[in-house]
Parts: sequence; C-alpha cells; structure tokens
Amino acid sequence: MTKTTRYTATTPLSMIALDRRRFLYGSAGALAAGPFAGLATPAIAQGAALKIGFMLPYSGTFAKLGQYIDAGFRLYVEKNGGMLGGRKIEFVQVDDESKPEAGTDNMNRLVGRDKVDVVVGTVHSGVAMAMVKVARDTNTMLVIPNAGVNEATGPACAPHIFRTSFSNWQVTYPMGKVMYDAGLRNVATITWRYAAGQQMVDAFKEGFTKEGGKIAEDLALPFPEVEFQALITRIATLKPDAVFAFFAGGGAVKFVRDYAAAGLNKSIPLYGAGFLTDGTLPAQGEAANGIRTTLHYADNLDLPANKAFLEAFKAKTGNDGDIYSVQGYDAGALLDIGLKAVKGDWAAREPLIAAMKAAKIDSPRGTLTFNKANNPIQDIYMREVRNGRNELVSVAGKSVDDPARGCRA
Amino acid sequence: MDIATFSVQLLNAVQHGLVLFLVASGLTLVFGILGVINLAHGAFYMLGAYLAYWIAGYTGSFALALVGGVAIAFLLGLVLEEAFVKRLIGRDHLAQVLLSYGLILVIDEVRQILFGKDVHSVAPPAWLQGSIELTDVLSYPIYRLALCIACLVLAGIIFFIIQKTRLGMILRAGAENRDMTRALGISFDRVNRYVFAGGIALAALGGILVAPISTVFPGMGDSMLILSFVVVVLGGIGSVAGAAFGALLIGLTDTFGKVFFPQVSSILVYLLMVIILLWRPNGLLGRAS
Repeated sequence: MTKTTRYTATTPLSMIALDRRRFLYGSAGALAAGPFAGLATPAIAQGAALKIGFMLPYSGTFAKLGQYIDAGFRLYVEKNGGMLGGRKIEFVQVDDESKPEAGTDNMNRLVGRDKVDVVVGTVHSGVAMAMVKVARDTNTMLVIPNAGVNEATGPACAPHIFRTSFSNWQVTYPMGKVMYDAGLRNVATITWRYAAGQQMVDAFKEGFTKEGGKIAEDLALPFPEVEFQALITRIATLKPDAVFAFFAGGGAVKFVRDYAAAGLNKSIPLYGAGFLTDGTLPAQGEAANGIRTTLHYADNLDLPANKAFLEAFKAKTGNDGDIYSVQGYDAGALLDIGLKAVKGDWAAREPLIAAMKAAKIDSPRGTLTFNKANNPIQDIYMREVRNGRNELVSVAGKSVDDPARGCRA
Repeated sequence: MDIATFSVQLLNAVQHGLVLFLVASGLTLVFGILGVINLAHGAFYMLGAYLAYWIAGYTGSFALALVGGVAIAFLLGLVLEEAFVKRLIGRDHLAQVLLSYGLILVIDEVRQILFGKDVHSVAPPAWLQGSIELTDVLSYPIYRLALCIACLVLAGIIFFIIQKTRLGMILRAGAENRDMTRALGISFDRVNRYVFAGGIALAALGGILVAPISTVFPGMGDSMLILSFVVVVLGGIGSVAGAAFGALLIGLTDTFGKVFFPQVSSILVYLLMVIILLWRPNGLLGRAS
C-alpha cells in the first residue's frame, strides 16, 4: 500500500502549526524511548513501512520532468510488489516548484516533520544544493534523480548522498574529443549564463581544447532569455567550424528553430548537450534534423533492460519513457540493492551505504556503477536527431567517470 | 563589425523593438486611460500564442488563428472589464496589482488545463516560409520581415485612431483632464471597456504574431511583461508615441549590448531605464503628474 500526502506552499498555515505540535510531541516521545531503542529487534523495525520523501517539481517549468521521475520510481517499486529490499514503502510528496529559496524549508519539512527515512529529489540544481546542505546537516540519506550540478558530487559530496542521473561535466566532456575527431577545430559555444549552462560548456571546452581544438568565442545570454537573434548573427560573422550549445525546454526549441531559420544549420553544424533535443523534439520539428548531442541515454538503445523498461512504462502510464523516468527508476533500483544487502534493516547504515556504493545496476541506459563521490559511472552516447528521435550514433565515452573535483570523502 | 553585419544587427534590433512596442502599446493605453496597472498583460500575450497554436493546429490556417485569437481575446477583455476591472478604477494600486496578479494565476491554470505544460511551435503561413540570403552563411526568414511590416502597419493604425478619430480625441482628452472631459458630457464607461479589451487584444495579437518565430511555452509571458513595463515607464506612462520610442531604444540597447558588451548585456536595458528616468523622471514623452 502506498499513501501520499502532498504539501505545497499553499498548505494552510493551521495545518502546519498543528503538525509542528505533533512533531514536538513526537520527538519528545522518541527521546523518552531512546534508551530502549536498541532493544527493538530488526524484525519489528522491518514491519514498519520505509518512508520515502519525494521532493520534486510537481508544478512550474520542470513539472513534466518531476512527473516522469516520480512515475519511473513508482514503476520500480510496483515491479517489486510494492516493496524495496523486502520493505514496504510509504511515499510523502512535496512540490518544490523549482524554487531554490524554498528548498531548505521544504527539505526540513520532510526530514523534521514527516520524518522520512530517505529523500529522493530533485530536478533544479539550485534546489538540489539546498537539499544537499540539509542532508549533510541532518545526516539524511539523499538520492538525486536529476540535478547535474557538479558540486553535489564534488566539494559537497558525502557518503549518504547519491546521484542516479549525471554530473554536468560528465555529459559534455566526451563531446570535446568526438568533435575534434570529426575534424572540427574552431568551435563557438552558446548557452545561458547560469550554473548548469556554464558547467556543461566548460566541460566541453576542457575536452575539446585538451585535444588541441580552439574556441572561437563563448556566447552567453541571461537565463532564461530567448531573444537569440543578435547572437545568431554573431555566429554567422564568426563562421566557426561548428557550434556547441546548451539550452533546455522552451529556450532549446526556440534556439534550434531560430538557428535553422537563419540558415546556419546548412553551413555550421550544431552540436550540444543532450538536453538541447530531449523532451521537446515534436515542437522543434524539422529544424532539429541533424543536430548531434551527447547524453547518457538515446531513444533507440538496443538493450534488453531498456526495451523491458519502455514497455512497462508505456503500460503503466500510457506515455513513452524518457531519460528522466529512467533516472527515477534507477533511484528505486539503487535503494533496493542497499536494502536487500541489509535485509531491510534501514538502521544498519554502514553496510547499507557500502552496498549502495558497490551497486552495479542493469539500467535501461546501460550498466551503472558509482564512483567515490557516489556519482554514476556510465556510458555517454552520441546521438543524432533523425525524424523526431534522438537516434544512437556511437558511444562517445565508455564508462565516463566524473573527476569529483573537491570531494574529500 | 562590417557594414553588412551592422545592418543585419540593426534589423534584428528594430524587429525586436517593434514586437515590444506592439505588446507594450496595449499596456500603456490601459494604464493611461483607465489608470489600471495590469500585471496580467504578459499572461494575455502567452494566451495569444497558445490560441494561435490551438486554432492553427485545428484549422491549419494561420490567418484564422490571427482573427480568431484576437476576437477571443477582445471578448475576454470585454467580459473581464465588466466583471472585475471596472470596479478597480480609482481604487489604489494595491487592489489593482492583487487582482491582476490573481488573473495571472487563473490564466496560467486555465492554460495548464486546456493545453498542458508542453512546449509547442506554430508554422508560419506557407507563403511566408522562405528566407532571404543575406551573406554566404546567413539568411533572414521572410516571416521576420513580414512581422516588422505588420507591426509598422499596426502602429500606423493605432496612431491614426488616436490622432484622427473621435474615439482618439476622447482618449486624448481623457488622458489630459478626465474630469473636464466628463463635464463636457462624455461617459467613460464604454471607452474604458473598449480600451481595456483593445489592450488585451493587442497583447494577444503580439503573442499570435510572435508564435511562429518564438515558441509557445508556459513562461513566455513573464519576461515580456517585465520588458513591456520598462518600455511603458521609459516612454512615459500613457504615451503611445513614448512607447514606440522606448521599445525601439530597448531593441537597440539589447541587441547591440549583446554584441558589444556580452558580459553585462543583461543589465544594460535596466541601466538605460535608470539613466533616462534620472534625466526625465516622467519618461521620454510623459507629462509631469
């Protein structure tokens, strides 16, 4: 059985106040029970459901991504008969609305009031970093199913913070060598001036200049502005061998269409991070044909795990699975592996974490293992847009491992 | 920068400015005549783009989307004026801000229910789909040129109405001295209704015209709302001619700012606003209140 509660910013104040009273009462009770807590046998502990807190965007720009992550995770739990590692599961949901300023409060609510055992979230990197901070302060287990901000598995890494998605560095670093090997020597970059865009472009440049490539110019505009015309004209005067771009959502669609409308796609090929063409291809239409991107997933990955996943996801939700649903699904798989190793005893923290660190997941995207900072080591694929799909071209990087710069774990 | 590139960037700047003017003109009219701050202006711009996507998707005709979208927005404006906005006239700005902010939330939710959260695109009419070769690598979509012409024609129509018609005379008189105009026997009830509905229709029209070169997505009204307010404040509240100057100035600043000062391009528009307001506190063509 799964139970869901949904608290949002619009939850009445009276309800929160009531819950705080209950929370104080609850913690006093826990304090009193303290000395005897050790007497509880694992069997009793395992009888209670494991509380999983979903902190995801259920509204706002990233709502669709949150919905797919949620559905992917639930699909994994359902496949396991409603359990992970033999434990029953109970869900608590919080809509983070992709608002970094509310991130700390929302996370504290899940950890302090709802007393979840583990938090799964989120999409927006700013919110994720607020969650990482609370997770570190309260020693709460956190699994990040999307946000790629390098720091989460870099300077802010911790044994109990895992990521089942990617780091920004990881997705675009392999593109440098691929583009150089394709004979491209002089490349212009373009992105929004914010953390994710900067990190992805920097990683590409690192890979590209290491091979000997040259950057014609770094173009950037404020997030989330979509008036690209001036910069597209600039690209036409620079005449680089190719352009490397990172945009997402509505901005990605507009950029790709503007680029094609200006005729640049005929003479200056467009490359980018996979998010440029993921999730919005129907709106991009023919303008997207021929764009090459790197990502840890492709629409036609010929793997048994992928086929089974896509079939099951379609049957459950009626929608086609995507990388976000895969990341949610793998978050479920990771917790399952950890819990199985300790026979469902969540209190056995150290062996649980050790098992999760050593996990080898047969993910729909390919095999997944984890580095010392708990970021996945995975293949990065080169894809090309053909007829509205991101078709696999080649493996851009085999078992790509994020350098986890600044991680002292 | 050679002369060819400069001309292209100038074209980009003017086109950006013209679209801004189209959207901001509705805002400044409503502000000037009704004295109502309409924060939901950007939401109607977004709604226009979604209507274009919806109608063009069903009928396959962009012309129908244009007519239908504007008509729906105009009717919606009439209804909203009758139901809510007329109660706001003369009330303090807080009430106006609250109501129009509420409208943003409602319109967003309705959009969510009707059209979902996905990003969409709209095809321009077939006869405007080509492009003109400008340099060996760069071409300019014909639709963008058509958009410039459409904006210029609309600007001409707006100025004609304001300068040459009886309605325009009433509008100008009302903006000059409302009580005196009323004392001369002119009722503002109907004028207010048509101006508000017209303002909404202009916002939606902007969204519809931009849809083929922009994309249709939930947050598209937000940045447009902010820029429209900058245009209105810069040009002088209530002044349509001021809005035209302001919009072109912002188009130029934004475009050439991105080219020459990429690191600070995001603040240039606002810097321009600050400087102009220090020099002329009521905006370029605004009257001292």
